[in-house]
Amino acid sequence: MLRATLKSLLARKLRLVLSGLAVVLGVMFVAGAFVTTDTLGRTFDKLFAEGYSQTDVAVMAKPKVAVSEMEGEQVLTPLPASLVDQVAAVPGVAKATGVISDDGARVIGSDGKVVTSYGPPRIGMNWVGTDDLMQMRQGRGPEKDNEIAVNEAVAKAAGIKVGDRVGVLTQLPKKTFTLVGVWGYTEGRDSIGGVQEVAFTTPQAQRSMLGQTGVFTQVTVRVDKGREPSAVRDQIAARVGGSYDVKTGEQLAADSAAQFKEALSFFNNILLGFAGVALFVGTFLILNTFSIIVAQRTRELALMRALGAGRRQVINSVLVEALVIGLIAAVFGLGAGVGVGALLVTLFGSMSGGLDPAPVGVPLAAILSSLIVGVVVTVVAAVLPALRASRISPIAAMQDVATPDRPLTKVTVTGAIIGAAGATMLGIGLYGTSSLWLILAGVLVTFIGIALLTPLISKPVVAGLGRLFSWSVPGRLGRLNSGRNPRRTAITAAALMVGIALVTGVTVVMDSAKQSIAAQAENTVKAEIVIGGDQNGPRPPTFDDAVLAKTAALPGVRAAAGLWNDQALVNGERTYVDSTDNLAKMADAFGQASLPVLKNGQMAVSQQEAAEHSWAVGSVLRIQLPRGEEHNYTIVATYDEDAMPGTYFLPAAASKEFGITQPMLGFVRLADGATMAQVLPQVKALVADSPEVNATDRSSYINQQVGTFDTVITMIQVLLGLAILIAVLGVINTLALSVLERTRELGLLRAVGLGRAQTMRMVTVEAVVISVFGALLGVIVGAGLGSAVVQALDGEGITDLVLPWTQMALYLGLAALVGVLAAVLPSIKAARLNVLAAIAHD
Amino acid sequence: MMGTKAARADDVWKVYGKEEARVVALRGVSASFERGRFTAIMGPSGSGKSTLMHCLAGLDTVTRGTVHIGGTEVTGLNDKALTRLRRDRVGFIFQQFNLLPTLTAAENILLPLDIAGKKPDPQWWDTVIGTVGLGDRLGHRPSQLSGGQQQRVACARALMSRPDVIFADEPTGNLDSKAGAEILAFLRSSVMEHGQTIVMVTHDPVAASYTDRVIFLADGEIVAELDNPTPESVLEQMKAGEVLV
Repeated sequence: MLRATLKSLLARKLRLVLSGLAVVLGVMFVAGAFVTTDTLGRTFDKLFAEGYSQTDVAVMAKPKVAVSEMEGEQVLTPLPASLVDQVAAVPGVAKATGVISDDGARVIGSDGKVVTSYGPPRIGMNWVGTDDLMQMRQGRGPEKDNEIAVNEAVAKAAGIKVGDRVGVLTQLPKKTFTLVGVWGYTEGRDSIGGVQEVAFTTPQAQRSMLGQTGVFTQVTVRVDKGREPSAVRDQIAARVGGSYDVKTGEQLAADSAAQFKEALSFFNNILLGFAGVALFVGTFLILNTFSIIVAQRTRELALMRALGAGRRQVINSVLVEALVIGLIAAVFGLGAGVGVGALLVTLFGSMSGGLDPAPVGVPLAAILSSLIVGVVVTVVAAVLPALRASRISPIAAMQDVATPDRPLTKVTVTGAIIGAAGATMLGIGLYGTSSLWLILAGVLVTFIGIALLTPLISKPVVAGLGRLFSWSVPGRLGRLNSGRNPRRTAITAAALMVGIALVTGVTVVMDSAKQSIAAQAENTVKAEIVIGGDQNGPRPPTFDDAVLAKTAALPGVRAAAGLWNDQALVNGERTYVDSTDNLAKMADAFGQASLPVLKNGQMAVSQQEAAEHSWAVGSVLRIQLPRGEEHNYTIVATYDEDAMPGTYFLPAAASKEFGITQPMLGFVRLADGATMAQVLPQVKALVADSPEVNATDRSSYINQQVGTFDTVITMIQVLLGLAILIAVLGVINTLALSVLERTRELGLLRAVGLGRAQTMRMVTVEAVVISVFGALLGVIVGAGLGSAVVQALDGEGITDLVLPWTQMALYLGLAALVGVLAAVLPSIKAARLNVLAAIAHD
Repeated sequence: MMGTKAARADDVWKVYGKEEARVVALRGVSASFERGRFTAIMGPSGSGKSTLMHCLAGLDTVTRGTVHIGGTEVTGLNDKALTRLRRDRVGFIFQQFNLLPTLTAAENILLPLDIAGKKPDPQWWDTVIGTVGLGDRLGHRPSQLSGGQQQRVACARALMSRPDVIFADEPTGNLDSKAGAEILAFLRSSVMEHGQTIVMVTHDPVAASYTDRVIFLADGEIVAELDNPTPESVLEQMKAGEVLV
C-alpha cells in the first residue's frame, strides 16, 4: 500500500507542486522570522559587547523615569562631577573618567539639512581622547569650546571635512562649531553599528547635552590589571550608595542587547502573524488539491478497496502523501526562509546605516518549527479528503462515475453553526472582555464558518457573476464550468476571500480611525499655522523656543504657543505629560476660551482623566519629570480632552526638566483680519535656523497627524498580499486540475470547432468568475468585520465609519486581473491539448 | 469543386514513431466518399481503420498523401483553418457520446452552431429534433439521459450544422443492441432523407449492414470493398480476410 501511495505521489508530482508551494511560502515566513531575530540578536550582542569593551565598570545615576527601548527614549539623569573623584578613590580603580554621552546631537549637513540616522542614536559626547577601538583619521580632538570632532559616519553623511564650520542642534538651538577632527574605528569602520557621534569639549558637552555644567551622564572605570571588574563594581557600589546604578561593561552590554531583543521579538511576532495567515490560506489550497486528487483517483482507490485494502489503509495512503508533501515543502520553506532572513538582515543593516550584521545562522527553533508547522498544516488539511477517500465503495471501480453532486445541507448547517460561534466569540472579544486573542480566534472561526457557507452562496452568486460573460459561447461555457462543482469553487474562492477580507477589514478600521482623527483635529485645532517636522528616528524634531516669543510678537498673530512632551511619573504611574509656554494662548489657538496661564506648581488636566482618578480642581498630584526632583502640582483647571493636544499640562518652567528641553510643536492663531499670506512667510523666516521643522498651514499638520495610518495600511497590504498570492496559486491549481479532469470534454469542444483562443477564453472566464466571487465575498466579509471593530471602538475615539469604496472596487478589479493571470498556464495547457488524444483520454 | 465527392483520401500514409519503434498505420490508402452515401470502414484491431477516419476528419495529420473534405484540401491546413473546418464542414459521433455535462440536451445539440455564432434554421431544427425523437427530454442534462438518448443527442449535434460529412467512431459500441439499432436506423434515415454523408468505423457486421458500402482495411491497406452489404456478406468477407491473413 505504501509503495502504491508513493508511486502515485510521484506520478502526480507536478500537481502537488502548487499546493506544496503554499506550505513553502508559509513556512518561509516562519523560518525567516526565526532566522532574522536570531541573526539580529547576535548582531546586537556583538555590537554592544564591542561598544562596552572599553568599559570595565560604569556608574550612572538611577533614571528618574525608567523607560525601556520599546517604550521610548530613556532620559539619563546627570551625576555630579565630584562623583568622579569619589569613584577614582576606590581601591582597584585604575582610571575613572567623567563621560557625557547622550542621544540628540544633530549635525546640519553641507546641504543645510539635518543628518538623519534612521534608527541608531546621534550621540553628543565630551572628548576624552581615543581608546583602543578609536583611530584618529584626520586632525585632533576639540580643545576649545567652539570646536568639535565627529566620527567618520557623521563626516560622510553630512559631507563635511576638517576646517568646515558646522551647525549642530542639541538641547540648545543651532550653534556653529569648527570641525577640527574626524575619527574612525578599528578594521576601517566609520562607526560602531551606525551610531553617529559628535564630540565637544567637556564644558561644551555639559551645556549642549545636559543644559548645566559640572555634571556627567556616567563615570567610566578601568580597573587595575588583574582585578575582577565585578569585585571592583561591588566596592564602588558600596561607596556611592543606592541612588546610583553600578554595572560592569558586560552587564551593560547584556542589558542593552536584551532591550533590543525585546523590540525584535515584537518584529518576530508580526512575521509569525503573517505566517499564520499564509498557512491558514494555504490550508484551503491543500484541502482543495487533495479533494480533487481523491476525486480523480476514485477508481484507483476503489480498485484498492476491491483488492482488499481497508478503510484505514486508504486514509493512511492519503495522509502519507500529505506527510511527504508537507515534509518536502517544509524543507524548501526552511531554505527560502533562511534566504528571506538573510535578506531582511541585510536590509536592516543597510537601512540603519553601518550596522554590521552577524553571519546568518539557522537556529534549531527555526528548523523544528518549520518542519512541525509544514507537516502539521499539510496533514491536517488532508484529513477531510482522506476520510472522503475511505468512503469510496469498491463498486466504484466498476462504474464510470462522475463525481456526484452531494447535497450541501450538512456543510451549510455546520457552516452556519461555526459562523455563529465565530461571530459570538468576536462579539464577546470586542464588546465584552476586549481580549485580542478572543478577537483573533473569533475572526478565524468566522472565516471557517463563512468558508463552509460558501458553496451555498456560490450557486446564485457565481451564476449572477457569470451572466456578465455569457454573451459569448466560451464565456457561457466558462460560467457553467465555474458553477459545476460548488465545493471546489467555494474553497478556491474562500482562500481569496480570507486574504481580501483581512486587507479590507484592516483598511476599514484604519480609514475610520484616520477619518475620525482628522475630523476631530479639524474641529479642535483652530491654529492656522503649525510649526513642526517629520520624525524619522527615536528623537522628535524640535525648534528654538525663542521662536515662540518672536512669533507672538508678529503683527497679525493672535496667539502662539509651543508644546513640549515627555513621559513622567504622575503619582507614581508612568504617562505622557505636556508643557506649554503659555496655556492660555495654547487654549486660544485650540479654540478653547478660558484656561489660565499656569504658574509654578500649577497644572491643568483633562476632565476625562480627572474623572477617572476622582481628581478635581484643587487636587495635588506628585509628578516626577525625567530630570530634577519630584514636585507637587495643584490642579487649577480642567478641559475637554478631545479639544486640547494633551492630557496633562504643566507650567512653562517644567519643560526644563523634560528629557528634550526644546518645543516639538508650535501653534499659531491669526488675528482677525490677518491673512495667511502675510504671516506665514514671517513665521517661516523665524524657524529658518531650526532646520528640523517648518511652519505649515493647518491642513498639513492634520495630514501629518493621520499620515502614519497610510504607512501602516500600505505595510499591511503588502504583507497580506502574500496571502492573496497563495490564493492565486489556489486558483491556478484548481484550474489546472479541472483542465486535466475535463480533458475529454475539451477534446470534444475542439473537435466540434472551438478555436484555441476560444478555449483559452473559456478557461479564463472560469478563473475570473471564481476570483471575482472570492474577492466579492472578501470585500463584504472584510467590510463587515471592519465595521464591527469600528463600532466596538466607538468609545475609543473612532467615531466615523469609513468604507473604502475605491479600494474595495479596486480589489474586485484586481481579482478579475488575478483570474486572468491565474488562467494563463491552465488555458495554454487546455488550448494545446491534442484533440485526438483528448477525446480518447480516459 | 470535387463534384459529388464529400471526402477523399489520395495515397495516404501514416507512420508513427521512428526507426525501430516505427509503426506504419496506413500504407498508401486511397478512397473516396460520395455525397449522400453511408460508408463503413471495417477491419481487425490495428488495421488502421480509426487512423484513416482521424486523418479524413482532420483530427490527425498524414505523413504523406492528401485528404480533401468537399473541395478543400485538409492536409496542410493550420490549426485555425482546421478548427473552422471541423466546426462548419465536419460532424462527429463518438463511442463515448462526449456530451458536455454542464449543458442541456438542446444546448449540446446547438453547441457547434453556437461556437460558430450561427443561428439554427428553425425548420431544420424541427426536422432534426423530430427525427431523434427526444421530445420532452431536451431540457435534461446528459447525466439524466440513458446511453441511447445521449447518443441520439450526439447524432443530432452532428447533423445540426449539415456538415459535408459526419464521422462516426463505433457509435454503437457503448450501447445495447436495441439502442444501437435505433441509432443506426436514425443514421440510415438521415442519409436517405436528407442526403447526409456518413463515414462510420465499426467492427460489428450488423452495424455495417446499415451502410451502402463497406471498405475493409488490414495492415493499413484497403483489402476489399463491398457494396450494399448484408450482415452475412460482411461476415463472409471478414472470414475471407482472416484466411488471407
